[in-house]
Amino acid sequence: MLRDSKGAEPLWPPEACITTTVAATPVAALAGCFDTVLVRRVALSRSGPGCGLWRLDIANPGVESFAPGQFMMLRPRAFALDPLWGRPFSIYALAPKTISFFIQVAGRGTAALAGLEPGAPLTVWGPLGNAFALEPDVRTLILAGGVGLAPFPAYVKKHPAPSRLSVLFGHRPPVAAYPFKEIAAAVNAEHFRECKPGDIETFIALLDERIRDYRGGLILACGPQPFLLTVKRLARKHNARLQISLENRMACGVGACLGCVTKMAVAGDSPEPAFANVQVCTKGPVFWADQIRLEGEEPWT
Amino acid sequence: MDLSVSFAGLTLKNPLLTASGTFGYGLEFMDYGDLRELGGIVVKGTSLYPRQGNPMPRVAETPAGMLNAIGLQNPGVEVFVKDYLPRLPWRETAVIVNIYACDAAEFGELAGILAAEEGVAALEVNISCPNVKAGGVLFGQDPFMAGQVTEAVKSRAGDKPVIVKLSPNVTDIAAMAKACEAAGADALSLINTVSGMAVDVRCRKPRLANVIGGLSGPAVKPVALRCLHQVRGAVTIPLIGLGGISSAEDVLEFILVGAHAVQIGTANFLRPDMAFKIARELPDACGCFRIDSWESFRGSLIL
Repeated sequence: MLRDSKGAEPLWPPEACITTTVAATPVAALAGCFDTVLVRRVALSRSGPGCGLWRLDIANPGVESFAPGQFMMLRPRAFALDPLWGRPFSIYALAPKTISFFIQVAGRGTAALAGLEPGAPLTVWGPLGNAFALEPDVRTLILAGGVGLAPFPAYVKKHPAPSRLSVLFGHRPPVAAYPFKEIAAAVNAEHFRECKPGDIETFIALLDERIRDYRGGLILACGPQPFLLTVKRLARKHNARLQISLENRMACGVGACLGCVTKMAVAGDSPEPAFANVQVCTKGPVFWADQIRLEGEEPWT
Repeated sequence: MDLSVSFAGLTLKNPLLTASGTFGYGLEFMDYGDLRELGGIVVKGTSLYPRQGNPMPRVAETPAGMLNAIGLQNPGVEVFVKDYLPRLPWRETAVIVNIYACDAAEFGELAGILAAEEGVAALEVNISCPNVKAGGVLFGQDPFMAGQVTEAVKSRAGDKPVIVKLSPNVTDIAAMAKACEAAGADALSLINTVSGMAVDVRCRKPRLANVIGGLSGPAVKPVALRCLHQVRGAVTIPLIGLGGISSAEDVLEFILVGAHAVQIGTANFLRPDMAFKIARELPDACGCFRIDSWESFRGSLIL
């Protein structure tokens, strides 16, 4: 068993440093900071449990391209000096005149964003971070949980061989509250709604089955932390290649504040695997799952 | 008006610096502006050896501010000198290195390494750290120890100006300032973060893994101005003001109270082009408040 320097707690899977050594896909696109305005906001569900889910379209201030998985920071001018930070969101769609985001109200910042009226000024910066791997010749499984579906409509649209793509989407609010239909129209996609206690076990069994089916392919996942922990555990069980996109809280989005770090395996001289804290905003948000240790992850044995 | 400013052996094209820990190594911000538009940058706190910093969560948003307990994560002085410094436009904009150590001897060693680097314009000494050899008391909370560190850095810094960064978490900041001045500091910067804490009543946990962190952002600006005012009355060496600056008008407030230069810190997180934006807005702000020279405006607060 591997132990940290204090000999206390197992820290890292022994094979972590020798399995995947390729970094998750870096992106060359140029980032910028822009003042722009909200064009429209669309409630995806007017009432009920899906009412905190919104699509926001902002006037495109000059972003020409992005790679699915990348994100932008949004900060309404109405924030003034409080709330302090912008908020990071995956780019959901990019058009010549608009950039779209799919957001879920989770606190003050997102509530304020969802309450903006068309024409409201915002500061935005990006596109930021890296992208999901795109391997046209490899069978690819997308696993999304809740608002973690946001980066995938663009991924599906961009993929040159949709017949090799499958999607499994888990959610609690009604599926109509998510941009699922456009995915289902293009690729083989299934969704699972968690309604009552016990459903989660059924969903995990389904994840287990799908991940086993794709162990020779590529799996991409985005969603809440417990979902990512489960997906990572199952991918490890089936020895499947998995990339996950992290949603750590961020202050700056550009790699300066060091508030969003995750533990990533690094090559070292020591025979024991080493890790370093790396910024999710600039080294991620997409990581090969076997290269990072998630917050709340069971110690390896 | 001529925006340039000279003090403590430094000449800056304008009084705007970026604060340590909020602007990385400058390189992170090159997509958002030209570093040469800034008077200088103070790079991330650098230690002799790499440090991984504290566990997560390390930052928490608070009313008009934020708490951080990053724990000085940095790749160490060797990586800074070899990999980062050569990529910075240090001939055109001052590169000031914020240094951090656990005892006076290590501070001296760091100063010695950086004194040999042509690209380093000055050293900023972070004394808000525990003195391991004195049972973990913070250097910055004891005038004698602050003086010792200042001397240790100064004795190894060669011709590099030494700026000591003062903590506001003291009973008498003027006494700290005097001790550093007496020990040979060329300038002082103030304030470092204000010690603070935030909790989450839903899960009954602190919002930072380290429990206690440093408060920064607009919320601390009145504390910073108060400290600056008290220190201005206590020492004659030049002062660099910081704490919550997020506009050109804020910059002028600190100069009015007596600062030679200022640092833009947490506001860099409000938008990554903030420092460049303030640099562009400063000339108009000077015009607006009828300022025609820094010499006549600096410290002209009417009491």
